[in-house]
Amino acid sequence: MAKKTGQVIDFASIKATMSDPYKKTFQIVDKDAKIVNQELFDTFSDDQLVDFMKKMVWERTLHEQTMNFSRQGRLGFYAPTFGEEASEMGSVSAFKDQDFLFPAYRDLPQLIQHGASVTQGFLWSKGNAVGDDYGEQRNWFPQIIIGAQYVEAAGAALGIKKNGEKDAVSFVYTGDGGTSQGDFYEGVNFASSFQAPAVFMVQNNGWAISVPRYKQTAAETLAQKAVASGVPSIQVDGMDVLAVYIATQEAREFAAAGNGPVLVETLTYRYGAHSSAGDDPSRYRTKEEEKPWFDADPLIRMRKILGDKGLWSQDEEDKLVEEYKDSFKASMKEAENTPTQSVVDMLKTTFEEPTPQIKADIARFEAKESK
Amino acid sequence: MAKLTYIKAITDGLDVVLGEDPKTLIFGEDVGKNGGVFRTTEGLQDKYGEDRVFDTPLAESGILGLSIGLAATGWRPIPEIQFMGFTFEAVDSLGGQMSRNRFRFSGKRAMPITVRTPFGGGTHTAEMHADNLENYFVGTPGLRVVTPANPYDAKGMIISAVENNDPVLFMENLKLYRSMKDEIPEGKYTVPLDTAKVVREGTDITLVAYSAEVNESLKAADALAKDNISAEVIDLRSLSPIDTDTIFKSVEKTHKVVVVQEAQKMAGVGAQVTAEIAENAIMNLDAPIGRVAAPDSVYPWAQVENDWLPNADDIEEKAREILNY
Repeated sequence: MAKKTGQVIDFASIKATMSDPYKKTFQIVDKDAKIVNQELFDTFSDDQLVDFMKKMVWERTLHEQTMNFSRQGRLGFYAPTFGEEASEMGSVSAFKDQDFLFPAYRDLPQLIQHGASVTQGFLWSKGNAVGDDYGEQRNWFPQIIIGAQYVEAAGAALGIKKNGEKDAVSFVYTGDGGTSQGDFYEGVNFASSFQAPAVFMVQNNGWAISVPRYKQTAAETLAQKAVASGVPSIQVDGMDVLAVYIATQEAREFAAAGNGPVLVETLTYRYGAHSSAGDDPSRYRTKEEEKPWFDADPLIRMRKILGDKGLWSQDEEDKLVEEYKDSFKASMKEAENTPTQSVVDMLKTTFEEPTPQIKADIARFEAKESK
Repeated sequence: MAKLTYIKAITDGLDVVLGEDPKTLIFGEDVGKNGGVFRTTEGLQDKYGEDRVFDTPLAESGILGLSIGLAATGWRPIPEIQFMGFTFEAVDSLGGQMSRNRFRFSGKRAMPITVRTPFGGGTHTAEMHADNLENYFVGTPGLRVVTPANPYDAKGMIISAVENNDPVLFMENLKLYRSMKDEIPEGKYTVPLDTAKVVREGTDITLVAYSAEVNESLKAADALAKDNISAEVIDLRSLSPIDTDTIFKSVEKTHKVVVVQEAQKMAGVGAQVTAEIAENAIMNLDAPIGRVAAPDSVYPWAQVENDWLPNADDIEEKAREILNY
């Protein structure tokens, strides 16, 4: 009897269940500030809890201040980070100094927490490459071609392994849109092939400019994109700073111990526009969609948790916000007082030894600039 | 001294840099145990171990992205892109990333990466294996593009490329791999990355060429010599930057010039050389600038390849046309 097509291999049930292992979103504190994993929660000291909150307030204040600066025309391209404080501060808190960081353009807060100055971040935004002079820090410039940083991070992870470094990893961030890039898959697969210590962070904030997450892929999670390369992964509540911290720390430990790369997907939300350059989310999404995410705000839950423990008050927070604002204003002054880059500076940093053509250009622009 | 082919001269040069600098790494598709599909890296894994010479997964953007991350952690990568046609998969790594990083880090971080890749026609390869893609890359600030035309330069230039602290696209001509031999000094010597070379002196006309077309130009010069025409042949060697001084000096002497390339005519190297002469040395010319290039079609499949490629006859014919202007 002839075989009937569709009766031997049950693709339908494979498809229906394949995402299951990745949908158990890791969480410690839920959106109503209920502790859902008391055992893990108890591993944090009061100081640590306060520190996480301070960092998130710092990031939110940085966001608000940069939006003010943008409106005043004092910054260039800047990607708002409003809503992603738990994802960004939770993960970067698990870094060690010797870890390499490959950020994308929405990851300036992590770059700063990993050693760069706020002034440098502002200079980058203003279009001055002095902002990317990280000295000996293991920081990389904020990547614009989202995907490129994934293959580069795989390379740095291999370099770290070849250097024989025992407790260092290569951290890299992209967003939900970035996971559609070919370089995303190549980076994860290369790191896996070499069993190199890379930690791939995917900040799934729901939107790639105006394209929603579900249009990027029919895969139910982004975490599962790693499995095809033999890389373990986890989906985390990206509005729960403690869960993000623990997941990142565990991922780091696993990778640093020589077990190969790991991928962490944080479920978060881009509260604001894609960038400070005229994007208007009301063109493509509704207030109804945004509301549950605002209700799940990472600061609200930590405020409640800390308040209940008597570790936080609105007064203290307001004071902190003012302190941070003042420091950002001082950083902006410093950035504004930094000499503007010239065409000659650019020409001189194109090659180590300027080519004859570039030497001619340098002479031409030196003459122009001295006028 | 030993008589070595172009390909063995490159292997010899790679052996020198691997031996000299423990931070150098060779990697790519099939470069390890197999020694590369052309055997350019043959024996190097045995000699230097799998940590230094290794195979990668099959993905060109991954290979060049890997190079950038390795350079960031203190290594000096020498990746191979198996055929130049495959660089299309890695255009961002070349043009968007490694070539811009020195500027991005305001001059404080270097990308000492040498991307080796075979190119060039006349060996009846499969599609996408022979293309002359230099025209895409010579307009990339921060990237050097070089191509040796003989075994001696091949060894000296690969050593210079690896020692250079900027990214270098090192193009190796497929047809030259095994068709030429030179006396090659043992051990280390370097050939500069940014100077052209007068490979035959002459007084009546200048032929500017690079890679396999240098040999075609030399054949054309031989043919012209039979009629007592003295042609000077310049091998560019570096396609970016271009050593215009050597060209201008020659044109000042001969007053006539033909610019030769195997690549299609549109934009690119020949067009740049032509423009430089027109802009800076036109008063030294007493005839229009002649050009020999491939037609502006896609690179041909094997059956028409030899009809399509510019050869010595085309160069001789164009030279006579310019001489009789």
